[in-house]
Amino acid sequence: MATETRILEELGETKDLLDDVGGVPPRWPRGEEDDRSPFRDSERGYPSRNAKLGMAMFLGVETMFFAGLIAAFLYLRLNASEWPPASQPRLPVFVTGINTLLLLASGFTMWRVQGPAARQDSGRPARGLGMTFLLGTVFLVVQGYEWARLVRFGLTFSSGSYGATFYTLIGLHGLHVLGALTWLAALQLAAKKKRLAPHHPRVFLCAMYWYFVVALWPVLYGLVYLV
Amino acid sequence: MSDSVGAAVAVHDTHTGYERLGFVRTYIFSTDHKMIGRQFLFLGLFMLVVGGFLAMLIRWELGWPQTPVPGFGWLFKDTEGVIPPEAYNMLFTMHATLMIFFVVMPIMVGCFGNFLIPLMIGARDMAFPKLNMLSFWTGAVGGVIMLAAFFVPGGAAASGWTAYAPLSAVTEYTGVDWGQNLWCISLFVLGISSLMGAINYITTVINMRAPGMTLFRLPLVIWSLFITAILLLFALPVLTSAVVMLLFDRLLGTHWFLPKGGGEPLLWQHLFWFFGHPEVYILVLPAMGVTSEVLSTFSRKPIFGYRAMAYSMIAIAFLSWIVWGHHMFVSGMNPMIGMSFMLSTMVIAVPSAIKTFNWLGTLWGGSIRFKTPMLHALGFVSTFVIGGLSGIWMANTPVDIFIHDTYFIVAHFHYVVAGIIFAMFASVTYWFPKMFGRVMNEMLGKIHFVLTFIFFNLTFFPMHILGLGGMMRRIYDPTQYEFLQALQPINHFMSISALLLGASQIFFIANFFWSLFAGKKAEDNPWKANTLEWSAPSPPPHGNWAGSPPTVHRGPYEYSSPEVEEDYFPQNRPHPALTGAGSSARVGGH
Ligand code: HEM
Ligand SMILES: [Cu+2]
Repeated sequence: MATETRILEELGETKDLLDDVGGVPPRWPRGEEDDRSPFRDSERGYPSRNAKLGMAMFLGVETMFFAGLIAAFLYLRLNASEWPPASQPRLPVFVTGINTLLLLASGFTMWRVQGPAARQDSGRPARGLGMTFLLGTVFLVVQGYEWARLVRFGLTFSSGSYGATFYTLIGLHGLHVLGALTWLAALQLAAKKKRLAPHHPRVFLCAMYWYFVVALWPVLYGLVYLV
Repeated sequence: MSDSVGAAVAVHDTHTGYERLGFVRTYIFSTDHKMIGRQFLFLGLFMLVVGGFLAMLIRWELGWPQTPVPGFGWLFKDTEGVIPPEAYNMLFTMHATLMIFFVVMPIMVGCFGNFLIPLMIGARDMAFPKLNMLSFWTGAVGGVIMLAAFFVPGGAAASGWTAYAPLSAVTEYTGVDWGQNLWCISLFVLGISSLMGAINYITTVINMRAPGMTLFRLPLVIWSLFITAILLLFALPVLTSAVVMLLFDRLLGTHWFLPKGGGEPLLWQHLFWFFGHPEVYILVLPAMGVTSEVLSTFSRKPIFGYRAMAYSMIAIAFLSWIVWGHHMFVSGMNPMIGMSFMLSTMVIAVPSAIKTFNWLGTLWGGSIRFKTPMLHALGFVSTFVIGGLSGIWMANTPVDIFIHDTYFIVAHFHYVVAGIIFAMFASVTYWFPKMFGRVMNEMLGKIHFVLTFIFFNLTFFPMHILGLGGMMRRIYDPTQYEFLQALQPINHFMSISALLLGASQIFFIANFFWSLFAGKKAEDNPWKANTLEWSAPSPPPHGNWAGSPPTVHRGPYEYSSPEVEEDYFPQNRPHPALTGAGSSARVGGH
């Protein structure tokens, strides 16, 4: 058990997290390490952490999910004779552009919470998380408001492939932001109560997901609104 | 137990840390990878019975068109026992859907992935045990949703397992309303389950290997499951997005696949096959992995070309992304694109052939033991060769334009996909002692294999002839077409074979359940195999190894090694020269 605790400390892991990730990765005997393996966490000789790796793969899944949607969108759009169709409303490029900046800013505040700089000082992450949450919420509210306006102008799910692609792509991204916000809120509560360190794995995982929803947005904005 | 030395280097040296749990947490909401594996097995076997029953109904209709089904006429009350055409569409759709998504995937990937990965890499459990439990239960919910579709008004989905739009997107075209919606929802839910599994598998294989278990000491079945998980990870989300779009078309009135609002029916085909071709390798790679284990063990020889086996699986995985268009040769695609799909498809035969020749090389000169698992593995190799060869042939655009959507295609994919049942039986019979602590009956096993193999070929081989004779797939009554009437005796023959093939499975079911409760108690290593799971007790306890988990000293296929007296050399056994147990060693020759 003593070894286990030491390794835990080295990895900066906590016991409760370990219960969820199946225990300490085994240490390899000297000389038998698989030097060819690209999956090593380098110097310390431990494999990269389970949760981090699992999260990275989940983001791969999400990427492919949106890749499918985006490919379908492009397929329809490139085959369409006119885009946007003459009778349909135009998308609010400017407001959404501002909104894009807000979301990017939330990525920055998240990075302040747990990025390399945050590791130096041991300040509590709760405030930065709150800021991120706020920016994300504003983004979502503005999106919802613009949606409501578009619906009033007559653009709906069923107004041809223009409406279908718009609402599906943007709506599913919005759902992901909503999910990420819920996670952020839960994390913030935990951060307040348990005084999580900024580099705690739970903060790290949530941040990875947040970066994903932030990074996805400019791609969608560019493809759906701008070009 | 002398096999599990190496405690000096293990981290977990105190205790396994798993207390006894109550009934519910042991058998139902278990986080133990072995129990989850068994749960997937039972789910898959149950669905196999359902899917098999649907196949019997299909064959009844084709063999004796529009005559009442004996014994099951009450299923079709309105038509006095005759299967009506709409129900026939539903039967083949649900047969394929169940077999692919709820039989082969749960058993080969779900069951054996879960059961084998931790045991064979020397880990106590998966990287994320709770996620693992969630994965099974999500999958089970997906199964319930899929089966529920039979009971809603309008019946279950009837647009084929490929669900081509607009057939699948407009209720009026098939008359199926909620059945198709539930089909979409079920595959969405199942997709989430499989993705949780895939993330778990990859993390476990990368991070949790025992000391000494380098990537190139992994058993090939673990390689295959690892690559399968990667394929799942990147192919399945595309199907998920496609079923979301289809569901939106059906429920929200969007026009992704409907031409009248600017949608494109062909878009569905692209999305579906971008997933669909990797999917067929998701199904077959674990079967290939199992075959490698079994052939090597029962030939008492190292696998021929270990690295070539691993690299060819990687090559297959890469290539399977760029061949999907071979399902769409008749869709009117640009001939240049058709040509490149044709070439990439033919290239995929190269790694497949490498694997086949390596299996033959493994058998060559081995001291072969014809135990039940070995017979099934050989059965898989032979059906795979036939299916692979017809695949290369069909990959030629000019050929495919002629035989597309005929029974030739049906013959091809049954030789490869339905052939996987041989690998499945090989795995069940091979690992049964480890899974349930008892040995299956050899005699019943052999009878089951021989009957299955014979009737399998009698059922599916004639499909090639029918296909070349022009019989279309998915038709309700071949006798309605004049040019097919001469072929009806073949249909008749195949249907009889199919019914016998179904009946032969009674031997397996009997053997399975009899052995489960009354079979002979199994030793730890009944097949004298090398891989780590055989160093654990049969069945292994929660946490797998009572003492410390094993340390690995060599690759998995050291059979008939000149360095030891026995004809096997387990991965976890230190070299006799190192431990001083020199008496059983034959070192010093070099
Ligand atoms: C040597 C490798 C293979 C080649 C060259 C090949 C080629 C093809 C081609 C060209 C088609 C389309 C035919 C048509 O619809 O007109 C096809 C269909 C199919 N193949 Fe293969 N194949 C190979 C291996 C496999 C394997 C290993 C599996 C499954 C484990 C598989 C499963 C299927 C299925 C399920 C279909 C039909 C799908 C449907 O339309 O419902 N194939 N194959
Ligand atoms: Cu294919």
